[in-house]
Amino acid sequence: MNLTLKIWRQKDSKAKGQMVDYKVTDISEHMSFLEMMDVLNEQLVNSGEEPVAFDHDCREGICGMCSMYINGEAHGPDRGVTTCQLHMRMFKDGDTITIEPFRAAAFPVIKDLVVDRMAFERIQQAGGYISVNTSGNTQDANSIPISKHAADEAMDAATCIGCGACVASCKNSSAMLFVGAKVSQYALLPQGQVEAVDRVKNMVAQMDLEGFGNCTNTGACEVECPKGISLENIARMNREYLSATLKG
Amino acid sequence: MIFLLQHFAINLLSVFSADTFNEVSHFMGTFWVIQYLMQPVLIFGVIFHFVMGFVLEIKNNKARNISYAKNNGAANSTWMSRNMIWSGAAILAFMGLHFYDFWFPEINTKYIVGDMSGQLANGEFRYFEELQHKFVDLWRVVLYVIAFVFLALHLLHGFSSAFQSVGANNKYTKGLKGFGKAYAIIIPLGFIFIALFHHLNH
Repeated sequence: MNLTLKIWRQKDSKAKGQMVDYKVTDISEHMSFLEMMDVLNEQLVNSGEEPVAFDHDCREGICGMCSMYINGEAHGPDRGVTTCQLHMRMFKDGDTITIEPFRAAAFPVIKDLVVDRMAFERIQQAGGYISVNTSGNTQDANSIPISKHAADEAMDAATCIGCGACVASCKNSSAMLFVGAKVSQYALLPQGQVEAVDRVKNMVAQMDLEGFGNCTNTGACEVECPKGISLENIARMNREYLSATLKG
Repeated sequence: MIFLLQHFAINLLSVFSADTFNEVSHFMGTFWVIQYLMQPVLIFGVIFHFVMGFVLEIKNNKARNISYAKNNGAANSTWMSRNMIWSGAAILAFMGLHFYDFWFPEINTKYIVGDMSGQLANGEFRYFEELQHKFVDLWRVVLYVIAFVFLALHLLHGFSSAFQSVGANNKYTKGLKGFGKAYAIIIPLGFIFIALFHHLNH
């Protein structure tokens, strides 16, 4: 298939970017979206132009690096996939595809389609962990009884790969699905209870500090999340936050 | 939500019985619990709600400094959820008209003129007369109908969203969403019916 690509090009974090049109030809419908981008970049390199910078790593939907906003949706028009899992069969011959970086004040563009998502790391550092003394007499995790339901819900929350699609899709650039998932995966387990109060308060405070917007429950994040993280996690975080605030 | 329901219930009385509507209106307009306790709480709640709505919108707009060249919001969210600020602004504008029509004259009559009788010069209650008189003009009825459509759109998202915001997402959520949708459609539709009824039967 032959395609027209409208891609955001930005030399560096300080430069003013713009949309630039490219043509790519003979794209196989079996290619992944990133392979199509590889074809474009090969074309650009061969013609002496600067290739388009974009994030990618595992290319199998695990790492969450590939952050593209394709035709107005994070990770493109398919559901439950990252950009690397998006295939060209989702498009038609002759299509014009708009490709932009994830947009949020807290995700500044570094170059072209690459954005800085360190804000997520800082939120994690603020409380997304449990403190365990590993001096040698640590209790075996399997000796703590956990209901199947709680274990499943915690695991579902823990499948968040921190790709940032929730922020990119949200009209408010809210990170509450991400933070909700990270709070929930510990809040649902007994091991997470010890630091529960500080965790939610610190992570929410860091989220606000990073400049993310506030959730208005549009549900766009849940729809666009490649791992199907549920809005229940935001409600759980809100409950945890309310409870933590009342406890002081 | 409760205020809207009771406002609708009392207004609906005007369709069935002018006398009952007059008596209930007079009670609501003179009972101290309603006037001096619940009314100030409601006024504070309304002002707090729209001020915080605007503050939230401004903060959220700041969180994305460059807009997308192409954004397909309809692919993942409802129009109502993405446009609460506009449906809310339309309701706020309507409230200006509604206060001009009913609330300001009521406050003037009772607390500035000092007439707490609720009666016209001929000794009859004034409430039904005033209500019917307001819906004579077609332009006002049209504005009311448009405002109630925006109210329905606002409630269609706002009702269930309010529960999610306070952390209530559980086994009752599905039922609550269904109830919220029914509420968001039935109540504004009822208000539209009342406005049209009085326009056509004055």
